Amino acid sequence: MKKVYINSISSITAQKTFDNSEFLDEVIIHEDQVIFAVEPVYKDYIPPAAARRMAKGIKMGVVASKLALQEAGLEQVDAIITGTGMGCLRDSEKFLSGIIDNDEQFLTPTSFIQSTHNTVGGQIALELQCKGYNFTYVHGSNSFESTLLDAKLQLELDEAQNILIGGVDELGDYTTKLNKIIHHIKDEKTNSNNLLDSKTKGTVFGEGANFFVVSNKKQDTSYAEVVSVEMYNTLSQNDVAKTALNFLKENNLTVEAIDAIILGNNGDVEFDGYYNELTSTAFSNTQQVCYKNLIGEFFTASPFGLWIASKILKTQTIPEALKRNHLGTASFKNILLYNQYRGENHSFTLLKTC
Amino acid sequence: MEALKQELKENIIEQLNLEDMSVEDISDDEILFGGGLALDSIDALELIVMLDKNYGIKLTDPKEGRSIFESINTMATYIQEHRSK
Repeated sequence: MKKVYINSISSITAQKTFDNSEFLDEVIIHEDQVIFAVEPVYKDYIPPAAARRMAKGIKMGVVASKLALQEAGLEQVDAIITGTGMGCLRDSEKFLSGIIDNDEQFLTPTSFIQSTHNTVGGQIALELQCKGYNFTYVHGSNSFESTLLDAKLQLELDEAQNILIGGVDELGDYTTKLNKIIHHIKDEKTNSNNLLDSKTKGTVFGEGANFFVVSNKKQDTSYAEVVSVEMYNTLSQNDVAKTALNFLKENNLTVEAIDAIILGNNGDVEFDGYYNELTSTAFSNTQQVCYKNLIGEFFTASPFGLWIASKILKTQTIPEALKRNHLGTASFKNILLYNQYRGENHSFTLLKTC
Repeated sequence: MEALKQELKENIIEQLNLEDMSVEDISDDEILFGGGLALDSIDALELIVMLDKNYGIKLTDPKEGRSIFESINTMATYIQEHRSK
C-alpha cells in the first residue's frame, strides 16, 4: 500500500488564514455568538459572471480549492471529495423562505440549483473540467474525516494519485436563529480568549472552508503523512481515553510518542468533558492545542485542525494563541487530532512528519 | 413608461445578482441575451417568474420569450400591454 501525503493546504476562516505564508501571526479576537469568515477578494479568483450566483460558502470553497491546487502546483486532480455538514445553507434558506413567502408560487431556479450539498464539489469540477470521481460527504462533524478516509483509501490502493479534499460550511441567518433558540449557540456574546473556559451551555458558531491536496507522491514541499483516520458515531465519555490509546496502539505508538494533541474544544460545558477526559489523564503531559475559540464551531471546523497540524509539522512551531498548556516541546514528529460535536461523530486522525 | 423601465432595470439587477452593475449601465435598447450582460437560460427562467410575480403575466409559449426579452424597451412594451397587476 502506498503512503498518503498532504501536499498543499488552504484555509478561509474567521482568522486571516487565506494567506498561507503566515501561521496565525496576527490573531483576530472576536466577541460574539457567531463569527464570520474573513473573506479574500473573490474577484481575484472567480470571474464576476460565475460568481454572481454563488453564495458565500460556494465562493469560499472555490477559492480555497484554487489556493490548494496552486500550492500543489497542479492544474488537475484525479478526484474531488468534499465534506459539508449543512451544505449551501444560505441558498437553502432563500429557496425555502421563497416557498413560504410566496405561498408555493413563483419559485425561481437559481437558489434551488445552488442549494444542494454537492454544489461546491460540482462548481470546483466545472471550473477545472474535472470529470473524475466527485463525491460529497454529509455526516455532521465527521463530514470532512469521511472525505479524508475516502481519499486515503483510494491513494493507498493507487486508484488515484492526487485528490483535492476539503470541508466547507457557511452561516445562514435563519439557521443561526434556530440554533440560538435551542441553545446550541451560547446565550451570551463570548470573547475568543474566554470561550474555552466558559462554563455555559452551547458554543460560538463560525464558518469556513479548508482544502488540501492529498497525494501518494511525496514532494519536497509536502506537509505531513496521513497515518490513520478513525471515526465513531457514538462514544461514551468514559471510553474516550481508552479509545485514543487503542488508536495509537494500532499504529504502533504510545502516548509518549505524541508531540502534540489537537483538540476540538468549543467551550460547551455539556460536551467539553470529552476533551478534558484526554487532557487530564493520558495526554496531560502532551502539548495541547485548541483552535475553535479562534474560528467558531461548525461541522467542518475540524479540517482547520488538520491545517494547523500540517503547519506545525512543517514549521516545527506552534503559535502561542493555539497553546492550551505550555510544555516547551521543541520538535514535532507525531500529532494526534481528536474532534467531536455534542458528543457525537468522534474522529481520531494521526499525522507524522514526512 | 420611463418609470417602468427604471423599475425593470432595478429588478433585473436584483433578481439576477448583477452585483457589479447599476441602472445606468443598462441602456434601454441593449440586447439582454447574447450581449454585454451575458445572461443565460437560467436568467431567462428568472425573468419569466419575475413577469408572473410582479406583473401577473404568464408566458405559456417559450418562443415568445425570445422577442419579449430582447431589450428593456421590448420588455416594458410587452408588460404595459399585458400586465394584470
